[in-house]
Amino acid sequence: MQLALFCIFAAFTLAFGLGVVFFRSPVSSAMSLVMTFIGLAALFVTLDAFFIGVVQVLVYAGAVMVLFLFIIMLLDLRADQRRPVKLSAWAGGGIVVGGFLAILSQVVFSLPALEQTKPALANPAVNDVAQVGLALFRNFNLPFQVIGVLLLVSTVGVVVLSRRELK
Amino acid sequence: MPTLANYLIVSGLLFSIGLAGVLLRRNILIIFMGLELMLNAANLSLVAFSRFNLGQDGLPGYNAQVLVFFIITVAAAEVAVGLAIIVALYRMRQTTHVEDLDTLKF
Repeated sequence: MQLALFCIFAAFTLAFGLGVVFFRSPVSSAMSLVMTFIGLAALFVTLDAFFIGVVQVLVYAGAVMVLFLFIIMLLDLRADQRRPVKLSAWAGGGIVVGGFLAILSQVVFSLPALEQTKPALANPAVNDVAQVGLALFRNFNLPFQVIGVLLLVSTVGVVVLSRRELK
Repeated sequence: MPTLANYLIVSGLLFSIGLAGVLLRRNILIIFMGLELMLNAANLSLVAFSRFNLGQDGLPGYNAQVLVFFIITVAAAEVAVGLAIIVALYRMRQTTHVEDLDTLKF
């Protein structure tokens, strides 16, 4: 049952990931990316990471993708025109991606420690949100405050970058 | 039962799909979406390792999930600033095709 669910969610995520890269229209790519994020949230839930799954849907699918779609609407992008395919560019890209996948599969299949199935939790009904919150505020309090400053800086930067020159 | 290797293979495939998007597409917004795919693939790896390496008390290693939280936050900030740059670029050049942006080309 768990294996079937994992296969369904993994296939869903990878199929829409391919859709992001291969659709002509930017809106189709953006919607495929939303579905990819939702598939990833489902995979997070199968890994008992409920807080991260919900944050993924709220922040990525709910805020980041809305921002992308606003920009696509603002720039009024049309579907990509069919420009002639440069074979050298596609061959180069294919070699890089294929090389990465070869190295990855060699590493993953050579380590027996990676063949373990999910170990049973000491407490299957663990309060995920509380545990992540405790780890965040006990061990990582300073990076948390720095993240707040980072968000402020990025907001100011967006406002500065979007200004039109006043004549 | 899915093993850790299964999750890592899915993460690696998603990363390579994002990498292919960055290398092969020439619309700058699609390149940006490929970047987001790569970040999410890394998130999946981190959460898988967090679940499979239990801490001393038999609970998942939550440090990795805190790192995923930070990665999601930083990616959101990066998307905001990157899209502001793209909009400013579009206002100047009226194009989103990377091959038309060749001022820095050697």
